[in-house]
Amino acid sequence: MTIAAGTQATGATGRSPGRDWGRLMPFLFLAPWLVGFVVFTLGPVLASLYLSFTKFDLLRPPTWIGTDNYVRMFTADYRFVQALKVTFTYLLFEVPLKLAFALLVAVILDKAVRGSGFYRALFYVPSLLGGSVAIAVLWRQLFDGNGTVNRVLLWLFGIQGPSWISNPDTAVYTLVLLAIWQFGSPMIIFLAGLRQIPQDLYEAASMDGASKWRQFRRITLPLLAPVIFFNMVLQVIEGFKAFTPAFIISGGTGGPVDSTLFYTLYLYQEAFAYFRMGYAAALAWVLLIIIASFTSMSFLTSKYWVHYEDDGR
Amino acid sequence: MKTMAADAPPTAAMSRLAELLGVVVRHALLIGASAIMLYPLLWMLASAFKPENQIFGDLSILPTSFDFKNFRDGWTALQTSFSVFYWNSFVIALLVVIGNLMSCSLTAYAFARLEFPGRNILFAVMLGTLMLPYHVTLIPQYVLFLKLGWIDTILPLVVPKFLAADAFFIFLMVQFFRGIPRELDEAAQMDGCSPWRIYVKIIMPLSMPVLATAGIFSFLWTWNDFLGPLVYLNDSASYTVPLALRSFIDATGTSAWGQLFAMSTLAILPIFLVFLCFQRLIIEGVAMSGMKR
Repeated sequence: MTIAAGTQATGATGRSPGRDWGRLMPFLFLAPWLVGFVVFTLGPVLASLYLSFTKFDLLRPPTWIGTDNYVRMFTADYRFVQALKVTFTYLLFEVPLKLAFALLVAVILDKAVRGSGFYRALFYVPSLLGGSVAIAVLWRQLFDGNGTVNRVLLWLFGIQGPSWISNPDTAVYTLVLLAIWQFGSPMIIFLAGLRQIPQDLYEAASMDGASKWRQFRRITLPLLAPVIFFNMVLQVIEGFKAFTPAFIISGGTGGPVDSTLFYTLYLYQEAFAYFRMGYAAALAWVLLIIIASFTSMSFLTSKYWVHYEDDGR
Repeated sequence: MKTMAADAPPTAAMSRLAELLGVVVRHALLIGASAIMLYPLLWMLASAFKPENQIFGDLSILPTSFDFKNFRDGWTALQTSFSVFYWNSFVIALLVVIGNLMSCSLTAYAFARLEFPGRNILFAVMLGTLMLPYHVTLIPQYVLFLKLGWIDTILPLVVPKFLAADAFFIFLMVQFFRGIPRELDEAAQMDGCSPWRIYVKIIMPLSMPVLATAGIFSFLWTWNDFLGPLVYLNDSASYTVPLALRSFIDATGTSAWGQLFAMSTLAILPIFLVFLCFQRLIIEGVAMSGMKR
């Protein structure tokens, strides 16, 4: 990925007061990052691996308990299983629906020239605001028993809807909707990808009488596959990290009946509500392993279903 | 559009009609989608101006009057005034922007332009940290900041940014710096410019677009951040706006929706204003993060 260039630079260092100074110079530029990396990333990653094998409540020093945390997680912790279930349900609905919607709107916008910049900006607004507490507050009202969504349903269809956020069967889907509402940022990435597809391909195809749908399937989808792939990996990783909306909508509990207990929310509770720091560190490591294996599996299998142009980057 | 492709070559008039129909349908779809997407936001804005008993049951997005009572009452409804929360949020966001711009550009300059042993490995390591979920570092970092006595100060939220903790911005800047013609550096080097002077006098002035993008995103993300302040700020006098909103819910329950919406509107107002001013840069930044892999 890195380009080995700039070898000429070494020649010029001979002219500076000392050669050693010239050799040291790059590390002075790098110093803030190096310090930050060791203190805030490398150190903590190793420390949390260590803590995951301990019992640690902040008051007493950590005590080594071997693999107990992991054993408990996989054999005796129903909330861990619930957190996984909630998170995967969320991802399973949120990622495909959001990407499909983003792609649909991007394809429409790519064709409609007039005002497309305006729509693009408009559709991006929710992506900017969606993760904020303010919007989670709004969502809480919208999907409340006598909230706005139910008022609209009553007004339009005469149906009295349930209280979506206090019903364990529906609560997580309000969060799925909130995620889909933020389709703007994958849409922008799709649009940038669509702009790179040569227009003459479509012209040739329509000369041959290919329908729009066929053009979409045979030209747009295959050529856009790398972008779809990138968006998917990005959205899944983001989805695993989702925290604020679930926290605000459930008042920090992950309720009703743990139905919005996102993995990150469970981790937060274990660490900062119950001060089981060792267990929370083990949860963090399991999350890391899940995300890492998902990402590497996607990349390893991508060559079978993602078509990369030979000349392009 | 469908009719056009399905049949044999249509007459000129028909094809123009079909095209017009396609345009109308597309715009109708787009306007419909915009209306559905924006309705919640506009409804919240309207509700912020409505008296409490009118909010529920009123679906209109047009306020009946411009009454700022909810804003005035909400501003001081908590023990600490929202002025304090805004100040806290602004100070943190501003310092994060400064920290990110300084430290990430220095690091990116070293990776993009300087030669040193282990550069490729370190660059790969830096990219690796992009993938790392912050949960893995959260607990040891908390313990570290606790030991340092930094809880309830802004230091845990700000200091890491001065040490280039946001790898995404380093990555963005490396990409940009590589696009700056190397001849410029070389000419300056011939004239005896040190790498530091090249960084200050050549690279930085030419990198305004990427610096602006990084600065804007730093601001937006910090302004919206909830988990960081939630973990590190416990004293209500040090709360940021999102934390204050959260305790607003806890304090008033569901009895003061009007004030809550007024404060929520104000909480997202800075984000909205930044977006209005820098719309093009923000959208290009998003497109770039997706394309330049």
